[in-house]
Amino acid sequence: MIETKGISKSFAGKLVLDDISVKVEKGEKVVIVGPSGSGKSTFLRCLNLLEVPDKGEVWFEGQQTNRPGVNINEVRRKMGMVFQSFNLFPHLTVMKNLTLALTTLGLKPEEEAQEIAHGLLKKIGLSEKAYQYPSKLSGGQKQRVAIIRALALNPDVMLFDEPTSSLDPEMVEEVLKVMKELAEEGMTMVVVTHEMGFAKSVGTRILFMDEGKIKENAPPEQFFNDPQNDRLKEFLSKVLVKIV
Amino acid sequence: MVGLQNTLLISVAALAIGLIIGTLMATIKLIPSSEKLPVKVLKKIVDAYVALFRGTPIVVQLLIMYFVALPLIGLARVPPLIVAMIAFGLNSGAYVSEMVRGGILSVDKGQMEAGRTLGLTYVQTMKLIILPQAIKNIVPMIGNEFIALIKETSVVSFIAVIDLTKAFKQIGDATYEYIIPYLMLALCYLILVLGITYLLRLVERRMRRSDRD
Repeated sequence: MIETKGISKSFAGKLVLDDISVKVEKGEKVVIVGPSGSGKSTFLRCLNLLEVPDKGEVWFEGQQTNRPGVNINEVRRKMGMVFQSFNLFPHLTVMKNLTLALTTLGLKPEEEAQEIAHGLLKKIGLSEKAYQYPSKLSGGQKQRVAIIRALALNPDVMLFDEPTSSLDPEMVEEVLKVMKELAEEGMTMVVVTHEMGFAKSVGTRILFMDEGKIKENAPPEQFFNDPQNDRLKEFLSKVLVKIV
Repeated sequence: MVGLQNTLLISVAALAIGLIIGTLMATIKLIPSSEKLPVKVLKKIVDAYVALFRGTPIVVQLLIMYFVALPLIGLARVPPLIVAMIAFGLNSGAYVSEMVRGGILSVDKGQMEAGRTLGLTYVQTMKLIILPQAIKNIVPMIGNEFIALIKETSVVSFIAVIDLTKAFKQIGDATYEYIIPYLMLALCYLILVLGITYLLRLVERRMRRSDRD
């Protein structure tokens, strides 16, 4: 469904992504972990071309997307994205946040868009917040709304960029729960996170990134119980101690 | 009364011209990933424009516009009132462009990214998401620019336009009594500025409503 072929990216002369080739199949839940600055967020942002790789190819649903002449807006519509900092639109109500893209892009008439929004809000138990502004929501509520804002467009894949990293600890669970439900419904997901528990229980494959490279690419059991890469062993020993 | 009318006329017209030029220039400066040559040249022109008009006194710009620039292109007979509008408008454009640019840049860049990941185009995101938020930051600054214009236009008598200042000076010249006219003049400006400040507050309060909800 998504494939990168040898993508590289530098910022100000520093190589952030070094020749990365990854394939994500439909229905997979790929979790990307690694130390900060390892390039995992940049890699995720290359998938929907928020960052354009300097070298290499990005493919989505049988089409190379980082090529002149491709309508990137149509591609992005099928790739939902959730950010660390939520990025809800503060000047619009929750309802408007959810329906804006649908109506602006002419995908659904206003009424139908609102029905979709109400349905999604009900699913995450925030129906009563429909006509409030984002500033009235807690962090966890904001992120749940951000998730369904992306879902409103009925995407084929969801990209998560550290969705729980800026949340208070007690709100992490409610966001992860929504993500787990999404996974159970069969959504294809690529998730950059530090939540090892989530990686273990939801991930179908885990990538370990370090210094702009993928150092390990394995199913969760093997990833956690029998890691091959030395840097990963070191990384796991640190983060897993933290969990205990 | 002619004086007051001219002061307001010049200020309003200059602000309008300034808004058009300023918005245009801010837009040019904000064109994303512009390695293309025409865009680069345009950006350099905008930089030079801003430097020029902010780096020289407005009186000098006014004099040059009236006595040098317009006669040079064969427009020596343009009424001084119009010249004043143009000179202050061009000057204002330099300041407004920085205000608009600052206002847009003050909106978190995650907002643009969120809009784009929803499949909206750059222009749609700008219009529906960035600008409505930027306006809240820009309007107060534009209000201040208007206040500055009202006061700065007091130099237009250099090119023989009768504004508020000139009108009161004439009263003084005619009566050989300057104390009261000049104090009245100051009071006039003060009332104008306080009035505008009050109106601005009302507008700002209205715009901040969504923040409090």
